[in-house]
Amino acid sequence: MDTRRWGMILIGLIVALTILGYIYTPYDPNEVRVMERFESPGRDHLLGTDHFGRDVLSRILVGGRISLLIGIAAVALGSAVGTLLGLLAGFRGGLWEEFLMRTSTALQAFPSILLALLFATIWEPGVQVVLWSITFGNIPYFLRLTRNQVLSIRKRPYVEAARALGARDRGIMLRHIIPNLKDALLIQFTVSLAGAILVEASLSYLGVGIQPPAASWGRMLREAQGYASLAPWGVLAPGLFIAVTVLGFNLLGDTWIFRREDVLKRE
Amino acid sequence: MITLVLVSILTFFIVQVLPGDPALLMLGTEGTPEVYARLRNEMGLERPLLERYLRWLLSFLQGQWGNSWRYSMPVRGLVARAFPLSLSLAFLAVGVALLVATPAGMFMAAKPRSFAARFMSVTTLVGLGLPQFWVGLLLIQVFAVSLGLLPAGGGSSPVSLLLPTLTLAIPRAAILSRFMRVGMADALKQDYIRTAKAKGVAEGTLFFKHALRNGSLAAFTVAGLQFAQLLAGTIVVEQVFGLPGVGQLLLNGVFQRDLPVVQAVVMVIVFLILLFDLAFDLGLGVLDPRIRYE
Repeated sequence: MDTRRWGMILIGLIVALTILGYIYTPYDPNEVRVMERFESPGRDHLLGTDHFGRDVLSRILVGGRISLLIGIAAVALGSAVGTLLGLLAGFRGGLWEEFLMRTSTALQAFPSILLALLFATIWEPGVQVVLWSITFGNIPYFLRLTRNQVLSIRKRPYVEAARALGARDRGIMLRHIIPNLKDALLIQFTVSLAGAILVEASLSYLGVGIQPPAASWGRMLREAQGYASLAPWGVLAPGLFIAVTVLGFNLLGDTWIFRREDVLKRE
Repeated sequence: MITLVLVSILTFFIVQVLPGDPALLMLGTEGTPEVYARLRNEMGLERPLLERYLRWLLSFLQGQWGNSWRYSMPVRGLVARAFPLSLSLAFLAVGVALLVATPAGMFMAAKPRSFAARFMSVTTLVGLGLPQFWVGLLLIQVFAVSLGLLPAGGGSSPVSLLLPTLTLAIPRAAILSRFMRVGMADALKQDYIRTAKAKGVAEGTLFFKHALRNGSLAAFTVAGLQFAQLLAGTIVVEQVFGLPGVGQLLLNGVFQRDLPVVQAVVMVIVFLILLFDLAFDLGLGVLDPRIRYE
């Protein structure tokens, strides 16, 4: 079986479980049952319970939605802004390009986690910190990618021919540049999603991301860490789900690269 | 240089311009409007933005990083105490990652169809996706709690750095070995390799002498770019192992809303990232003379 299908299967599985979390969870994910603390995985609780007696499986099922939603929203926003600015830099050139490229180089020196910690100092820790840090963290990559593609595509004979025939900038953008950009952007999008899931988990683990009582996989790891030797399942399960999600997106991105190479070979 | 200025502008403006009021942060929940107004005045918050930025930059460059709001200590001392640990962690991790990734990548390129190479390829892909702090937690469980072989961190003896280093190195090694494989596979396809083979150069010499230098360029470039991720990772991993490094300083600063500390640490980290970018660029020039002529 090829890797792309594996990526699809893993992501499909995670998405299906997340949707299931909206419809059905074995227990109320936030219900505290003191008598059932630290129950090991078994028939009553498939993945055991945590230090409040909350059902780990139920929390896993609802914990994924926030990671996925934030990841998708932030990467979508970052890619949209980055691509637009990249088109601007590639087409306008001159001072615009100079300014945008310099700023994006500077922004690239800030890892998302560092941006998030800056944001968290002035705002409160929470969802908005994660969202904006991932967005800003992604803008430079999409900007650079788009601008480089524009520069290389612009010089191709068919674009020059279109220009000679009187096509305007906007027409060239829509008809020639964007379709050519699509594949590269898609790859960057999936790879960025994998990164976004990791950043969200790390931030929630550090305590500056998703705040309790909301369940998120990173937050669950933070809370389970103190009781790791007593209830190792609390550490194992959320980490495994993060790893599978990231692996899934990476597999998808990886194979898109191969598919692109195939296309290039055929040309 | 321009990048540095831009970085300082970004650090300053994120803190100053975004909604949120430094004077309010410093006061916390206590404080009357009069105290608040006086504090705003003292902190120079009523002056124009540009003037504030220039003042801040100038005193930063002169090494006057101000006092921590919470510890009443010079920020510079706090930063100087925290950085050696984090930097040695980062360097150790890059070293270990390169040590593992170079032979692994070379092997995958040399025998791409073997079962071992395929297995390694899948392993590296999985390794890419592992959340770093999770790896750390698992390593603690296995080596410190179950086997009792290694300390779970806390101290600053060389042995207690072993698990954090491994934690940081695992995802790096996964990425680097993938680039190493691609680089070597590319290098082996080059014409000069075929020529050398035709001339009767031994397989081993061909591989280690002729292909390695070109093949390792990609991995080396990525290792430089990875430094940013590495320093970010250090922040998280220090938290897992309870190490008193930059991560802890920064995180305490965030939770206690200690703006001078956060600002200074962020500036130093970003400065280091840019410095290593430059160092790796120069190193790349040594490895690959073609770059120098561009």
